[in-house]
Amino acid sequence: MSGLGELRTLAVNARRNAGGRRIKEKMPDNRAAFLFLLPWMIGIAVFSLGPIVASLYLSFTNYNLLRSPLEHPPKFIGAGNYLRMFTDPAFWNSFRVTVEFTVISVPLLLALALLLALVLDRGMRGLGFYRSVFYLPSLLGGSVAVAILWRQVFGKNGLVNALLGVFGIDGPGWIGDPNFSLSTIMVLHIWTFGSPLIIFLAGLRQIPDMFHEAAAVDGAGKVRRFFSITLPLLTPVIFFNLVLQMIFSFQTFTQAYVVSGGTGGPADSTMFYTLFLYRIGFLQYDMGYASAMAWFLLIVIAAFTGFNFWLSKFWVFYDD
Amino acid sequence: MTTEQSTLKVAAPSGPRRSGTKRHRRWLPSIFKHAALIAGSLLMIYPLIWLVVSSFKPNDEIFRNLSIFTTNLTVQNYIDGWNDLQFPFGLFLLNSTVISVGAIVGNLLSCSLAAYAFGRLKFRGRNLLFALMLLTIMLPFQVVLVPQFTIFKELGWLNTFLPLIVPKFFATDAFFVFLMVQFIRGLPNEIFEAARVDGAGYFRTYRQITLPLMIPALATTAIFTFIWTWSDFFGPLLYLRVPQLFSASLALKQFLDVQSSSDYGSMFAMSVVSLLPLFAAFLIGQKYLIKGFATTGMK
Repeated sequence: MSGLGELRTLAVNARRNAGGRRIKEKMPDNRAAFLFLLPWMIGIAVFSLGPIVASLYLSFTNYNLLRSPLEHPPKFIGAGNYLRMFTDPAFWNSFRVTVEFTVISVPLLLALALLLALVLDRGMRGLGFYRSVFYLPSLLGGSVAVAILWRQVFGKNGLVNALLGVFGIDGPGWIGDPNFSLSTIMVLHIWTFGSPLIIFLAGLRQIPDMFHEAAAVDGAGKVRRFFSITLPLLTPVIFFNLVLQMIFSFQTFTQAYVVSGGTGGPADSTMFYTLFLYRIGFLQYDMGYASAMAWFLLIVIAAFTGFNFWLSKFWVFYDD
Repeated sequence: MTTEQSTLKVAAPSGPRRSGTKRHRRWLPSIFKHAALIAGSLLMIYPLIWLVVSSFKPNDEIFRNLSIFTTNLTVQNYIDGWNDLQFPFGLFLLNSTVISVGAIVGNLLSCSLAAYAFGRLKFRGRNLLFALMLLTIMLPFQVVLVPQFTIFKELGWLNTFLPLIVPKFFATDAFFVFLMVQFIRGLPNEIFEAARVDGAGYFRTYRQITLPLMIPALATTAIFTFIWTWSDFFGPLLYLRVPQLFSASLALKQFLDVQSSSDYGSMFAMSVVSLLPLFAAFLIGQKYLIKGFATTGMK
């Protein structure tokens, strides 16, 4: 289904081949392939691999944005940035905000997407229409315009409070209230469940009809068939969505920036990790510290993903 | 479920639809289901509808009357909003267009070159490089942010569109390479054999066989690139610091800064204007978006 599936297959094959003899394959296209890959190779070296190594080095220096690194090489300061980071309450706050956001909104988003995919499956009437309507928000959700709209929807005089007013409830100023501001961004995030929905729909379509038919002949009811056929066969897709959505939601920026007016407020309640990193690096010019934060993020995401992979042994079903 | 095969089925021109095996469904649950779905759909897009309607309302009525049913409509917000900032909003739309077109051209060229190599050619280290490419899709951008910014700053590219366009010519959006590889693998081998027998070289096979056959994948790439670039906020925020270079998304944010508490109308109007191209891309490219999306599963 996916890049993750590909990676897994490559790893499995590599492990299988590692012990035994390698199959000698002809590699006739070496030179041509090199030419076709040249732009990508330059790109990955200059814009990915090089910068990854560079930011690791910079995270151990006092690199300041205002001093050109060519004229004034940044000074090596050991683990100073990391020590500062681990004792900085503002840093831990941004970490907590981001983890809380991810741990709450991603499962909800996926559950909603899965539920709707199950409802919409099986070529029902109007499928195309519903799919489009549910998908649209996930395309627009990353834009500044929608974030601006969200400020008004959840404002003191906004749509949500007008709706609550009908029931006689006097709603809070969601965006301006530190107790609720983060949840408004969660709602915005969950609103974009259309993307995993599309992937779930595609995944459901891959499950052969005959499985269901055979089970029905054997007397399995709807519920039984869901838990014994649909869900197990869909677990690779669910897993794939879970990993990607977690990686993406760790990187939330635009919504937090626009909804809070760039401040992460009120009371740092929407100070997402990336927003904090941006403010440290590009508003306070402390690029060494920002690099340390970036590397910590990479490690956290890798750990989260590794943990997910480990967990997947217990619940993801692969039939190969 | 073998993971690769299923992807190919989705990536290649769509297979036969699952036939309705259960036509004997009773109608009552069906009506409930549709009623719930329609209610859900309305809830989903109500904020967007409200945004559009509000953008045509006089300022003092936007929050006094939150209903979307009104007769008092005006285009004044659009006239005001267009001229509210330092430069007419058209300039920002033009900037966004230039950046988007550059990014689209870059992605189409560089990603298709790499995808042809990964999808069709046999070479040493292919699996390793391919795995590396897949890993970069999942790489958080923050970790390359500071060095990249430094490179562009030292090159003197701040306050130009170059940092937002040039990397695309080096296939940095690996996601699209993957999308195209999936597509190329689904193409029938015989075509390439025939081309080889007829004496077509690598480049000719790429240009005259592969590219024309992978137009759906190219379309998906173009539309996704457009939507992402157009709504990108972080890139312009970092690299474009002078107002005449602002992208539409960056300009829109200015409304929040300068806003004198009352002028929501023009902010809404320009929000609608900046969403229109995205909506148009969605309408035109829906088929490709949904297919490409199902293939690779990114947004």
